[in-house]
Order: sequence, then C-alpha cells, then structure tokens
Amino acid sequence: MAIRIEKRAAASLPLLYATPLLALGLTLLAGVVLFLALGVDAGAALYHIFIEPFETLSSIGEVLIKAAPLVMIGIGLAIGFRANVWNIGAEGQLTLGAVASGGVALAFWHETGVWIFPLMVLAGILGGMAWAAIPAFLKARFNVNEILTSLMLTYVAALFLSTLVYGPWKDPQGFNFPQSRMFNDSETLSLLVEGTRIHAGVPAAIVIALLAYVLLERTVTGFEIRVAGLAPAAARHAGFRENRLVWLSFLVSGGLAGLAGTLEVAGPIGQLVPVITPGYGFTAIIVAFLGRLHPIGILASGLLMALTYVGGENAQIAVGLPRAATGMFQGLLLFFLLATDFLARYRVRIAARAEARP
Amino acid sequence: MRTDTDSIARDVAAVPLLETHGLVKRFGALVANDHIDLAVRPGEIHALLGENGAGKSTLVKMLYGLLQPDAGQILWQGDPAPAAEPRAARQRGIGMVFQHFSLFEAMTVAENVALGLDDAPRDARVLAKRIRDVSAAYGLPLDPARYVHDLSVGERQRIEIVRCLLQAPRLLIMDEPTSVLTPQEVDRLFATLRQLAAEGCAILYISHKLEEIRSLCDRATILRGGRVVAACDPQAETARSLAALMVGSEFRTAERRAADAGGDAGADAGAPRLEVAGLSLAAEAAHGVGIADVSFAVAAGEILGIAGVAGNGQGELLAALAGERLSDTAASLRINGEPAGRLGPSRRRRLGLGIVPEERNGHGAVPELSLADNVLLTARDRLGMVARGFLDRPAARRYAEKVIAAFDVRCKGPEAPAGSLSGGNLQKFIIGREILQEPDVLVVAQPTWGIDAAAVATVQQALLDLAARGCAVVVISQDLDELLALSDRIAVIHGGRLSAPRPTVSLTVDEIGLLMGGASVAAVH
Repeated sequence: MAIRIEKRAAASLPLLYATPLLALGLTLLAGVVLFLALGVDAGAALYHIFIEPFETLSSIGEVLIKAAPLVMIGIGLAIGFRANVWNIGAEGQLTLGAVASGGVALAFWHETGVWIFPLMVLAGILGGMAWAAIPAFLKARFNVNEILTSLMLTYVAALFLSTLVYGPWKDPQGFNFPQSRMFNDSETLSLLVEGTRIHAGVPAAIVIALLAYVLLERTVTGFEIRVAGLAPAAARHAGFRENRLVWLSFLVSGGLAGLAGTLEVAGPIGQLVPVITPGYGFTAIIVAFLGRLHPIGILASGLLMALTYVGGENAQIAVGLPRAATGMFQGLLLFFLLATDFLARYRVRIAARAEARP
Repeated sequence: MRTDTDSIARDVAAVPLLETHGLVKRFGALVANDHIDLAVRPGEIHALLGENGAGKSTLVKMLYGLLQPDAGQILWQGDPAPAAEPRAARQRGIGMVFQHFSLFEAMTVAENVALGLDDAPRDARVLAKRIRDVSAAYGLPLDPARYVHDLSVGERQRIEIVRCLLQAPRLLIMDEPTSVLTPQEVDRLFATLRQLAAEGCAILYISHKLEEIRSLCDRATILRGGRVVAACDPQAETARSLAALMVGSEFRTAERRAADAGGDAGADAGAPRLEVAGLSLAAEAAHGVGIADVSFAVAAGEILGIAGVAGNGQGELLAALAGERLSDTAASLRINGEPAGRLGPSRRRRLGLGIVPEERNGHGAVPELSLADNVLLTARDRLGMVARGFLDRPAARRYAEKVIAAFDVRCKGPEAPAGSLSGGNLQKFIIGREILQEPDVLVVAQPTWGIDAAAVATVQQALLDLAARGCAVVVISQDLDELLALSDRIAVIHGGRLSAPRPTVSLTVDEIGLLMGGASVAAVH
C-alpha cells in the first residue's frame, strides 16, 4: 500500500466555498464525541454554546461586542495574509494600542472634553502601528522572518503592560490591585443600545469591513496585494514593490489591532489591567482564514468565533464544561478548516504498488 | 580495442539491449518527444545529443519509468517492457545518474547509498565493504564513512554512480554528468565509463558538449525539437558538423531579413531606442549566473537576437532590462535616451519599455486572475487604467477584448482565468498585451517556446510588424532558427557575457553554435 498526495488539476471551487461550513460541521461532530467522553450531556452543551447566546438581547450584545474586535483584527490580518505577509502578533499590537490609549486616558484622568476620546483612538492606532513597525522594519530591511518576530513581540508587549499596571500606572486608590485608575466618562464608550453593552466598536467594525472590501476589490493597492500573494514574480514584473506591501500590511493590521485594544479598554473594561483580552489577537487569525480572507466572510466568521466565547462561558456555568473547551472548539475549527481546504486542493490516493517485490 | 568489444557485443546480441519505437510524449500542446526511435546495444557508449528543450530529458525519464509515454513502445532485449516506475526499471538493470543529486548532506556516504538501494544489506559493515570494493574496482575513490557535506561535487557524483553500480546495471543513463566537474574529474569519469562499457554495460550519455561526445561515444542520436534528426558515429564527425546537426542548418524563414538587409536603410539609420553600456548584475542565487559588462544598442525598427544555452545569464539579463533588478548606475541603461538604470519596472514602462518574460504562468501572467486583470499588470499606467488609486476595470476589460481579437486568442473571453488558456494562446495574449501598447522598446524572452506552429507564425509576424512600425525589439531565445528568421543582428550570451552583435547575414549556424558553447570570437575566426 502506498498513500500518495496529488494536487488536483483545478481546486474544486464549490468545495472551496463549502469548506468553512464543512469544517463547522466536523467541529460540532468532534465536539459531541468529546462531550460524551467527558460525560457531559452533549445536547445541553451544544444548546448552551450555540443557541442560548441568541435568547436574550443582552447576550446578543455580548456576542456583538466580542465580534467587533475579532472582525477588526481579522480584516487587518487578512490584508497581510493575502499578500503573503504573516503578522502573527496582533495580540501584542492590541496590547500596545491599549497601553497608548490608556496612557492618554490616564494623563487626562481629571479632565473632561470631547477631544479626549478621539485622541485616545489616535494614540491606540499609532501604538499598534508602532509595535507592528518593528517586525515590518526587520522584514523589509534584513528579511527577518516576520512570523517569529511578530509572535515574540507579543510576549514583550504583555510584560510591558504588566510592568505599567504593577508599577507606575497602578491606581493610587486601588488597594494595591494591579490595575490603573478607572477611565472617566469622556474616556469611555457610551452604550448604544439600552440593556446591552453594545458600543461604537460594533458599527465601526462593519464600516471597516466595507472599507476593506473597497480597498481589496477596487483599488490598485488591493490588486497589488492579490498579485503579490498569488505570484510574487508577477508582482515584481508589474512593478509592485514587495517592501511596500510588508509595511502596508503591518501598519494596517497593527493599527486595527491597536484600535481594537483601545475599544476594549475604553469599552467593557474601562481601565488598564494586566490581561486585556481572552486572546482576540490570536483568535483573529482563525477568523481571517475561516472568513476566506474576505472582509464580508470575516464579518460572519467573527460572529461565529464570538459565539464560541459567549457560549463557552454559558456552558461552563450550566453544564460544567471546562474552561479549555472554548479554546478547544476554536482549535478544532481551524484544524478542520485547514484539513478540508487541503483536501479541496489535493486528493489522497491509496494505491497498491504497481509491481510486487520478488 | 573498443571496436573489438563492440563487434563481439553485436554478434552476441544482435538484438539491441534497449529499443524504442515511435515514442511520443506530450505536455499540453507541446510535443516533447515526437516518435523517437532509439537503439542502444550492450557495451556501447551512446550519446544523446541536443540543445536544451530538444527532448533528451523527457526521453530518458520515460526509459527510467519517471514518465509514461503517450504512444510508442519500449523494448528491453527485444521484448516489450514498459517501465511503470523507476523501481521496475532498476530491477531490469537500468541505472540513472541525474544532473541534480539526491543526497542527504547530514548523512554519510554509506547511509546515502543504503537509502537509494532497493535491497540494501542490513549490516552496515557489509555495505561499506561493497562500496569500497566497487569504488576500488572502477577507480572511484570513495570513503563510505565520510559525511556528504564534506565532499566535493565530483565526489558526490561518485556516490550516485557507485549506488548504480552496486545494482550491477546493464544500462547506465547519465544526464549531463560533466556540467559540474573539473577537467580532471571529467578524465577520471571517462576512464570509469570506458571500463564499464568494456565489461558490457551500455551507457546512454546525455550532453550538448560536442568535444566530449566525440572523444567518448561510439554512437550518437541527435534530437532537435523533440525529433530524432540524425544518428551518426560522432568520431567520424567534426564538432562543427555535430553543431550543425544539433541546432539545425536550414534557414527556415530568413527571407525577410535577407531581403531587408540590403535595402532597409531606415532601420540602420534609426535613432537608438535602447542603449545598454557596461551593465553588470551579481548572481542572485549562490550558484546562479550574473551578467558582466553587457553592452549593446538597438535602434528603432531593428530586431536584435540574443542566442545562448539556457542558464547563461538570460534570466538575469531580462531582469536587468525590465527593472526587476536595478543596476548600480542610472546610465548603464537608456530608454529613448533617458537614463533608466535606477528606475523600477513601472517607470521604465512609462518611458516606453515593454517586456515579455520567459515564464508565462506566474511571471508574465497570474494564472488565477482573469485576462482583464492580467492586463492591469503591465498596461495600467500607459493606458490610463488607474484614476486616483482606483482601477478602471471596464477599460481593462475592453483592452483585453482588443488583444483577444487582434491576436486570435482562443479563450472564453476577458473574464477567463489566464491559467485556463493553453500555452500558445496565453503567449499570444501576453505578447499582444505588450505590442498593442505600442512600446518604443520591446524585450521578449523565448517568444515561441513550447507553442504550436500556428501560434509561432502569429507571434513572429507580430514582432516583425512591430519593428516595422519603429519599435526596437530584443529577442532572447534558444531557438536559433527563430533568431535567424527574425533578427537583423545576433549576439550570443555565454557565462553572463554577451558577444558583440553581428549582422545575421554574416553569421553561419556553426559559428553561433560554437559561440554558444563558449568558444571566443577569436577562436571562431
């Protein structure tokens, strides 16, 4: 017996579009098997994860405010991924965005004014961009692998944030808890829908998706990104400069991650704490691929991943599912997506040897 | 002595060891092997001679079971014996030494040999002894315990040869074995091959080095364009006559150039459109070829042909002309008199340059994108398809339709992915995309490589017409017939250096052939 992997003459197009759904189905199936192995009522667990979050307005709101950062970051990453620029460090750029905007908030904690919040947003975006500029510079100037540098800088960013909230930025009236002062009303997002925590980040994510769609489909830059991703030699032939795309990809994805970090600290959290997100920067990688690196697809996949966060918490409370179940679900989803994608492009042949050995 | 063994072998085995009858292999529209008949006798060193792309590698891959023929028969000792896979060929007694070695650098010689054997002895000491025995018997010094990363190229090749010899081959196929060896290593290899042949092993020796074949081989089968054009005794031929057979001596469509050569004073007096002076570029890859001190000028209405065997710097020359790699000084390249050596591809295009690279898929065009989108790659600036950063897709679509109509591109329309077109049709589209922009300078690499005869005629006529309208055209090609048909002047690139362009009418095919083989101009005269 010999197992051979062969490239399909043409990737099956319907299959390529169906793989996200197929992967979702397989994830559910694997989930059921795991729940049964854990001795958990699988039906109840699935209900709490996938249905219950839609049953009340406030939990719909929770899904939306978790989807917003995932969509923003996912879109930024997708632009780079399309151009073969692999920013894995959105989590760190998000953290630096939060630090920068939080720094502005803390600097003006005793002042009010409509100008403070825009300043925080600007600082957040620039903070994320600055952190992303490090791997971009190393890649463009010295051809250093951006996957490694961007990933490792994530941990530097997390420790930098800890240093600040355990040290100089600790709330003087905070009973020595590692957290900053609470932001004031001018520095936090107002709620848009009563009974929920929905804030301006939700419509902002939709606008960003639409802008990204226009960028990718209608502009020369979007064309450049596609060509660079599909055929780097053709991109050079067309006069597109690789380094320009490295910078563009990192600055856009870093800026969007920084914006997402700003919205987190100025929204649901309202202050700087040692850990800002449950790994949005990493989950957004799954969101980007699950959404086929397409802005509209990412809107949908961002919602789905947000659902696993909210539903995962529900299931922890209701049926005692371990906390790791959420991460496991997300991991399974990416695994099955990559596997089904692979099988849409390649076929596996199991063949007996043409000639038996004597 | 050689003739003795030969005649004995022929008497004993009137039936050739290996024969092919009408072997055909197609890759899409390209017929790589067109009804090949070949016969190799035991104890014979048989040369397979031909230019790059003549079909030598395709043929031996079919003999070794790496490719399956589309038609025709392979006979082993007179019996039909298709090789379904290399293992079957090896069991029959066919060994092959590839041009590129497949060795693990972090392993020892013995370990590498064991990995390549179908029936490696389990005891490492037994294998090491056998390796020592074989290498001593054939004068191929090799220490089984050494690591491959410490070995020279010649020593690495010996591992591959010893690996074949351990299986007691009856036919040894060697694919351009001397391209990587020093002259001393070549001498040693030839001694081994002669010894093997004397013992009755047949050797199929692939090369385009004429002197080598004359000194080593008993018979030669010459391939050109996928067909057998001659079978001869190389020792009875001269290097010149072999070169003529290899590159073809008939002047297929040289009429146009010959007719123009005297009268077309306009072309001669045309303003220089492209001037290259002392252009140098370091090799990009470790074993690549750079270009050194290349100088030429092409005038309006003129076609300059650049001949050469593949891998002699053509790719680097194209990259340097296109601006995909920049030269150190702006003045080393002028387009319409403007220094352009430091400008990228887009700015050179605005000065009037058009470029058609050798590789269509992934370089000249993006296979996944539509033809309309592929238009945007090179025509967006010159034809105004971009307004304030936004693409004018309808304009790109209209231009794609225009190219499709003008060049008779067979496709489903401007929205068809470039990858869905046949090689010839995609080439017509790419060349059409450049030509209809009416460039002042057009550089084309391998314009008719791998496309069918009808497409060849279309493309060549389009290039002639473009030059007649006052464009300066540079054609980089390995196809001498084509260069002779199209060019006013021809230069030869070898080892990254370009010979001085000379009028086509003053050149003979064997002069060009010798230049391509690296002979200096002085030696030719």
